[in-house]
Amino acid sequence: MASGVAAWLPFARAAAIGWMPVANCPMPIAPRDNSKRQDELIILNVSGRRFQTWRTTLDRYPDTLLGSSEKDFFYNEESKEYFFDRDPDAFRSILNFYRTGKLHYPRHECISAYDEELTFFGIIPEIIGDCCYEEYKDRKRENLERLQDDQEENKDQKLPNMNFRETMWRAFENPHTSTMALVFYYVTGFFIAISVITNVVETVPCGSTANQKDMPCGERYTVAFFCMDTACVMIFTVEYLLRLFAAPSRYRFMRSVMSIIDVVAILPYYIGLVMTNNEDVSGAFVTLRVFRVFRIFKFSRHSQGLRILGYTLKSCASELGFLLFSLTMAIIIFATVMFYAEKGSSSSKFTSIPASFWYTIVTMTTLGYGDMVPKTIAGKIFGSICSLSGVLVIALPVPVIVSNFSRIYHQNQRADKRRAQKKARLARIRISKSSSANAFIQSKRNGLLNELLELTAKEEDEQKLAKSISLLESQHHHLLQCLEKTTAHEFVDEQVYEQNCLERALQTYASRSPSISSHDSSEGTCCGRRGKRNTPLPNASLPSSHQGPLQELSAIHIQCGDPPSRTASRSNLNLKTDNSGRINCKGGRITTAIISLPTPPALTPDGDGLHGPPQRRPPPPPISNSSTDVFTASTVKKD
Amino acid sequence: MDAKRVETISARVDAAVSSPDSVEDELELSAVRHRPEGLEQLEAQTRFSRKELQILYRGFKNECPSGVVNEETFKDIYSQFFPQGDASTYAHFLFNAFDTDHNGSVSFEDFVMGLSILLRGTIQEKLNWAFNLYDINKDGYITKEEMLDIMKAIYDMMGKCTYPVLKEETPRQHVEVFFQKMDKNKDGVVTIDEFIDCCQNDENIMRSMHLFENVL
Repeated sequence: MASGVAAWLPFARAAAIGWMPVANCPMPIAPRDNSKRQDELIILNVSGRRFQTWRTTLDRYPDTLLGSSEKDFFYNEESKEYFFDRDPDAFRSILNFYRTGKLHYPRHECISAYDEELTFFGIIPEIIGDCCYEEYKDRKRENLERLQDDQEENKDQKLPNMNFRETMWRAFENPHTSTMALVFYYVTGFFIAISVITNVVETVPCGSTANQKDMPCGERYTVAFFCMDTACVMIFTVEYLLRLFAAPSRYRFMRSVMSIIDVVAILPYYIGLVMTNNEDVSGAFVTLRVFRVFRIFKFSRHSQGLRILGYTLKSCASELGFLLFSLTMAIIIFATVMFYAEKGSSSSKFTSIPASFWYTIVTMTTLGYGDMVPKTIAGKIFGSICSLSGVLVIALPVPVIVSNFSRIYHQNQRADKRRAQKKARLARIRISKSSSANAFIQSKRNGLLNELLELTAKEEDEQKLAKSISLLESQHHHLLQCLEKTTAHEFVDEQVYEQNCLERALQTYASRSPSISSHDSSEGTCCGRRGKRNTPLPNASLPSSHQGPLQELSAIHIQCGDPPSRTASRSNLNLKTDNSGRINCKGGRITTAIISLPTPPALTPDGDGLHGPPQRRPPPPPISNSSTDVFTASTVKKD
Repeated sequence: MDAKRVETISARVDAAVSSPDSVEDELELSAVRHRPEGLEQLEAQTRFSRKELQILYRGFKNECPSGVVNEETFKDIYSQFFPQGDASTYAHFLFNAFDTDHNGSVSFEDFVMGLSILLRGTIQEKLNWAFNLYDINKDGYITKEEMLDIMKAIYDMMGKCTYPVLKEETPRQHVEVFFQKMDKNKDGVVTIDEFIDCCQNDENIMRSMHLFENVL
């Protein structure tokens, strides 16, 4: 049950009086609180420091050490206190958890020491409050990394019902999910590298033959290079088409940067194929070849850092814009000044202001090629001012860009972290919620087990079972039982509910489509089980215990005169329509009754063998009479 | 004897003096804090002993350090007992039943008065309380619509996974049964007298009223 609100259980139980006038059935008896203890102060002696608290404070969290009977192991008879040989500083935050319901992580504590304390006192770290949780997790991760113990974060768990297209997309986006994806990833990376190297080597002069001068390799081994190019483009095209097919939103995919890069990388080849070897268009064709260099950008799929760099440049657009603008301003100013200063000197290279741009840029970026130098004194003065200011103008925006990059990079890392944490926490909260609901259903089964144990008169077992459930839980379960009685409906768990749903659906649709019998539905449905004819029953005694009702089914089957050539599943379906309501009800009850029968040794709690084909089974041994008697007895009781 | 009289009088005076403070506190929008009346006062007004009141207050104040429960917190707390369904609608009705002065928050006095009726009250008082819960607009009559709302809220707490499966018309049918039993003069509403009469004649209801007497 949810911890921390145990104090409000008496209130919730009292408020249940509001259901009483509405209920049509009598209410179950309330569990007795025999140990009517007065609320007393407990002394907890932790390595000499005494803490005191009320007993009920500790009882709030019965699944921890201090809240359960486990603390009795630490009881010191002589001093009438509980002695723990642990760190008293860490114990402070643990005791505060009981008091306030929130667990805090003290920042001065060592992370592994704190973890040990939590484990000792049976408290899971996930309930650390939001204020301290991120810090706790960060410290924990640092610690683990330091110990070089990589935690495998489960990102992109394979969802149960992913079709082929979704699987493929997942494989493309995260190559680490499957071996095939990893192979594909490396193959494409390899081919990108090959393609880029080919483009580069193509232009290297290959060594001259006797009669011709130095030729680039591309012109010498045209065929080889063409084949290599074709192969690469084939691979890239196939990859692009596969990605296009697998993408969840094709329109969005086509607009994304990566796909544009892909298209631009392979387009020149196709255009080159289409165009003839005309002289006038071959100029344009050569230009297109330049675009082949874009293939190198395909590497950004393979490198997270490259992607972040691109993203940084995009996000630093304003800084870059400022840089560009200020540079342009300075260039224009200095070019003008230099032009007018050098106008006087003869044979000066500063022929016009645009010609001076080149000098200004080279000087401001401190390159200094020396192909244009001022000769006049004024020119030299302004030239030096130009180079000094160049350093300043460039040095200012660059650190901003660098810090942006660093921030985005770390943010990216932290976002991944937080996403993984959130998923895990939500999963655990869901589990604990469902476990509390399941606890009630489990205890109902145990209750039936109790009743049957009474029949077999095993007193000790019954007492043991009765004790294992705490008073708080029994009170909570009694409350839920009252609600059940008020509404005349019962709580069941997901599987049984789905089973019942599908049975009712089958009633309405069984007459129509025969394909239902072979329909591959989920694990927990009767239909799916009927379809699986190849699963042998694990327990031979299982069918015997309810051969009675199955006998009825087969008897009716003969009466209906169905042709025996039909599959067993079909005939069962037809039978369902004949005696739908009652058999279904019994079907539901059979499930529960089977759980509570202690005699058959290894029973599966689901109705697996229930709808097995009847004609396969051997004739029922005489044991069936007694077990069906018990079975009918329990069904009657449930009515 | 006289000393005790003086004590109670002074306690009452204290309460009177402090009540404008508590009213002021309640009017404050931020950091609403409410101090309850004195222990003797509450002991006189309810049927709990001193020790029981202490235990109740400690639990109450721990969950709500500000001293009052607002509807959201109330819904949260109540929903934790019914994880499979949605208890918020019923919690809303329950909140209105506890919040007797209709100021949007349940103070410790409201809480303890309600509990006193539910756990230690006479049958008459308990039935009165239940009637008050069902009568949403507090006009003295339970109409079919009000009862349907309450019934739907109760069935909502069961959630989806029930056996037998909850149908749309189940709450309505339940309301019909209820009205058939309770509405003696068939005028479409149930008055307090019809309700109490009918409940007192029903053995099941009488027995279940005593169910939670040993809760505290």
